[in-house]
Amino acid sequence: MSDPMRIRAQAQGSGAVVRVLMSHEMETGQRKDAAGKTIPAWHITEMTAALNGKVVLSGEWGTAIAKNPFTEFVVKGAKAGDKITVNWVDNRGDKRSDEAVVA
Amino acid sequence: MKAPALALAVSFAAPFGHGQTNNAPSAADGIAQYRALLADGNPAELWEAKGEALWKQKRGAKNVAFSDTCDLGKGTGVVKGAFVELPRYFADTRRVQDLESRLLSCMEAQGYNAAEIAATPFGRGEQLDLEALVAYVSAESKGMKFNLPQARPEERLMFEVGKRIFYFRGGPYDFSCASCHGEAGKRIRLQELPDLTKNPGDGVGFAAWPAYRVSSGELWGMQRRLNDCYRQQRFPFPGYGSDATIALATYMGVQGKGSVSIAPSIKR
Amino acid sequence: MMTIMTTTTRIIIPLAWVALIAGCAAAPSAQEADQATQAIMKNSFREQGIAKLDRIQQDELQQACSGEKPPSEATAKRIEAAQLATVQWPADGAFLGDWREGEKLAQNGRGMTWSDPAGVPSGGNCYNCHQITKAEISYGTIGPSLYQYGKLRGVTDPAAPASAEMLKYTWGKIWNAKATNACSNMPRFGHAGVLNAAQIRDLMALLLDPKSPVNAQ
Repeated sequence: MSDPMRIRAQAQGSGAVVRVLMSHEMETGQRKDAAGKTIPAWHITEMTAALNGKVVLSGEWGTAIAKNPFTEFVVKGAKAGDKITVNWVDNRGDKRSDEAVVA
Repeated sequence: MKAPALALAVSFAAPFGHGQTNNAPSAADGIAQYRALLADGNPAELWEAKGEALWKQKRGAKNVAFSDTCDLGKGTGVVKGAFVELPRYFADTRRVQDLESRLLSCMEAQGYNAAEIAATPFGRGEQLDLEALVAYVSAESKGMKFNLPQARPEERLMFEVGKRIFYFRGGPYDFSCASCHGEAGKRIRLQELPDLTKNPGDGVGFAAWPAYRVSSGELWGMQRRLNDCYRQQRFPFPGYGSDATIALATYMGVQGKGSVSIAPSIKR
Repeated sequence: MMTIMTTTTRIIIPLAWVALIAGCAAAPSAQEADQATQAIMKNSFREQGIAKLDRIQQDELQQACSGEKPPSEATAKRIEAAQLATVQWPADGAFLGDWREGEKLAQNGRGMTWSDPAGVPSGGNCYNCHQITKAEISYGTIGPSLYQYGKLRGVTDPAAPASAEMLKYTWGKIWNAKATNACSNMPRFGHAGVLNAAQIRDLMALLLDPKSPVNAQ
């Protein structure tokens, strides 16, 4: 079971700024360990963000995304009290879902 | 260890106070911009969250929580403001202790074997819990000024010892801490070196650790930072939580009195 | 003994207690602090990989240069003379090697740490502290710039007799920098066995060969 995401959602103007910090190794599959063996790829493949249950952002991620990735985006029309849910799935089939309320 | 030459085309008027030779200003400004971009969304926050949970959780053979049993210098369970007064003397252990050795003492009270944890390599086993705890505890002093106590003779002795160790030259390179950190305005490759013989400024040097290191995706406490310093100085291995490391932290903390802590910060 | 006169009584206090009564903790004596430091240095380190505990047994130079203040002029001169005596000059008088190899050595910061394997040649680590070629912008400033080293010193032909003194000085610097500056920050590369004569020849070429980018660009 992976560590929880940190989600901060702040109402700003006519929307909300959402900042998400995910905990994930994001192994590219290019690295080799000390013995010379390739470390298998292990990374997020899809992520979504939803506002009150409706998907507003989706991404297909690959090996270019950094370890412990940080994502920041603005959701139009979001206001204080709305629920932001962020999901991810990785290439091993693990998944994670966390939510936060817009402040 | 070679720092990659960052040749960012963007020239950025970032404040950079050191005297620079020919090619350096644009490269250094570029790095400053890179760091500013990294500052939001510091993955250290993931460690902070984990550390807060660990602090409040009943654990170990004795099944007690740090929040009910651990005194970091400001009272049992008190975390706010503790970090900027460490290292300090503790009556129960009769030692001057830094945050990490003090957490080991508290873990021992929970039923853990402190010597085993101290011997565990960084980034493994219970050392991971220590990373989370230092991130959390330091975060609870973020923005506060360092103010290490020097009232007790033990504290003043550790300061004097720390100063001597800071200037102790050894190893095949004849390096001391002062070889790199004894003068202002110097750098190794493109990495600026804070002058640790005085207050090098808010959020700099002693005031910047623990920190998340982007290059390795790891959270380093001061113990790990000192450990890697000694490795690069070509010294033998300083024990985790050893008196030498506590003395050095005491010296740096006292010299840095009044500087604002930004820990846990983010580093390249 | 200190005598306090009050209106009604006379209190005699041993002098040794006066500092404590004065309210603040007495600072440790220099001797106390020195002894505590020795004990703590001994107890705090262990060997790891190729880094053994003899590395923190200081030689006379390291001891003399471990203070906040430098040693006296007389001590410094004595140290420099002793260090100069350790310099091993190139057997066949060939001071210069290949500047291309020298540049690789200057870039290479590996060797001698506890995470380095035994028996692998070390690098010179030069760029950590010095500017050397114009092209390399990732350089340190702990040491002076070495850019145009040979050119600035008028070494147009390293084989000429006029260049001999500068070649000797430079070799000495790299072999044992403390021979010319007792408490120099620069490691004693030759004397400490970090670099061998062949490697130092290549670094010499990097600095003094007129064709080296240090002097030609």
